[in-house]
Amino acid sequence: MAQQSAIVAQAQRWVGLVPFIAFTGLFLIAPTLFIVIGAFRTPQGGFTFQNILDLNTPTILSAYWVSIKVSFLSALLGCLIGFAMAAAMTLGGISNRVKSPLMTFSGVASNFAGVPLAFAFIATIGPAGLITMYLRTEFGINLRMYGWNLLSTWGLIITYLFFQIPLMILIITPALEGLKKEWREAADILGATRLQYWRMVALPILFPSILGTMALLFANAFGAVATAIALTGPSLNIAPILLYAQIRGDVLGNPNLGYALAFGMIIITGAANTIYIVLRLRAERWLK
Amino acid sequence: MTRIAAYGTILLGCLYFIMPMIGMAEFSLSMRRGVYSLDAYRVVLADPQFQATFTYSLVMALFTIIFGVLLVVPTAYWVQLKMPKLRPVVEFVTLLPLVIPAIVVVFGYIRLYNTSGWLPMTGSVMGTNILLMFGYATLALPYMYRAVDTGLRTIDVATLTEAAQSLGAGWLRIMATLILPNVLGAVLSGAFLTLAIVIGEFTMAALLDRPAFGPYMQILGANKAYEPAALAVIAFAITWACMGLIQMVSRLSKHKRA
Repeated sequence: MAQQSAIVAQAQRWVGLVPFIAFTGLFLIAPTLFIVIGAFRTPQGGFTFQNILDLNTPTILSAYWVSIKVSFLSALLGCLIGFAMAAAMTLGGISNRVKSPLMTFSGVASNFAGVPLAFAFIATIGPAGLITMYLRTEFGINLRMYGWNLLSTWGLIITYLFFQIPLMILIITPALEGLKKEWREAADILGATRLQYWRMVALPILFPSILGTMALLFANAFGAVATAIALTGPSLNIAPILLYAQIRGDVLGNPNLGYALAFGMIIITGAANTIYIVLRLRAERWLK
Repeated sequence: MTRIAAYGTILLGCLYFIMPMIGMAEFSLSMRRGVYSLDAYRVVLADPQFQATFTYSLVMALFTIIFGVLLVVPTAYWVQLKMPKLRPVVEFVTLLPLVIPAIVVVFGYIRLYNTSGWLPMTGSVMGTNILLMFGYATLALPYMYRAVDTGLRTIDVATLTEAAQSLGAGWLRIMATLILPNVLGAVLSGAFLTLAIVIGEFTMAALLDRPAFGPYMQILGANKAYEPAALAVIAFAITWACMGLIQMVSRLSKHKRA
């Protein structure tokens, strides 16, 4: 009797989680697993590695490679610029009247991705954009002659920075604010120069946060579909656009190859996020 | 010296952010040759397609928010009250949409819930709408869950629940009149963020072939010159409004507690 009621009590505790388990199971985990399993199946349903091996074509490899390049460079630049701005804000004696609107703006800009963001950049540095036209009419500088093209890898990177930099600012500012005044004072008393303080105290403490955020920014850029499609149309060969075209019209001519392509994307963003989580746990040791 | 360098850095950074804003604003006003006019806005706002897709996305956002609140608030409450040991697991699951690209999730939907599957949701318009709403709910899940969970941590859930139960309240009553009002600020923050995400979402809506605002913007962008800039300004204003409302809500709820 007592044992039975214990089982009932145990079951009752799980009841409250049923909706959550059902929803995430059906609409988050099952679809992803379906793709992952599909990547290792033949059209007849048998197990195979052939789909993964078939990814080894020039088109697909270059799509992944360009994606990785764009994501990495936009994450690196986003990190550096975002860190510089966050450091200027927290340590440079900037008044709160400037700081708090900047933080609000960061919240807005980090969410302003997708189609409208592409439009804003086309209107600014696209072929007929504000800066392009201004340089041409006022200074006779034709950006196109210098090899500038918004619909390119670098165009994509510059556009992505619009949400990468603010995200870095939002994540790294609390870490910078967590640098204790005592550490600085202790370093001063021991006769450290500013450079030494940064090189031997501040940066080692911040390093996991910076690197972790960079991994997050990488994943953030890697999965971005809408901005890229609105900016370049189907012309630029990057992994998310290739997958988009594959879902729409099976451009690779092999549905299981599509699963393998998606599986590759999960692996890459998954690895980046794992790095982020591991480094964040390390960062939290010092920054409480 | 440091101060000047700091202001210089900020100024330079701001220049990068302000230029596209000016660019899109200027472009959106230049439809009529030679003078600034609101023509592009007039054309866009009068477009029946704009009205239809915008309304569609707004309604989708509303349903996503309602569904998200009904899913997340009881779950977060239950985990906090009954199964605190499971919190890391639940939290991990809610963060998965940040790891798995949206395009992969919707790819899975299309293959798993098509007309030949066991749950043919894409077979009907209503079914596809619901599927898209579920997709949006997964996109919003990380933000919604974190907001509500943080809100719940600031109140003493166990004591409040016991007090309510000893006064004879049932679960429904506890949720509606006790828990929800206490985390209302957090719920509203999550709701506005969901709105900002859903209103312009492109990938899921386009791949499920639903007439949402995101795909409409993309099609217009491929065919028109000035109207897209006007749309970008409108979209930016909406994002800005959502973030402003979140700030206002969090300031108000802090005030109340103090």
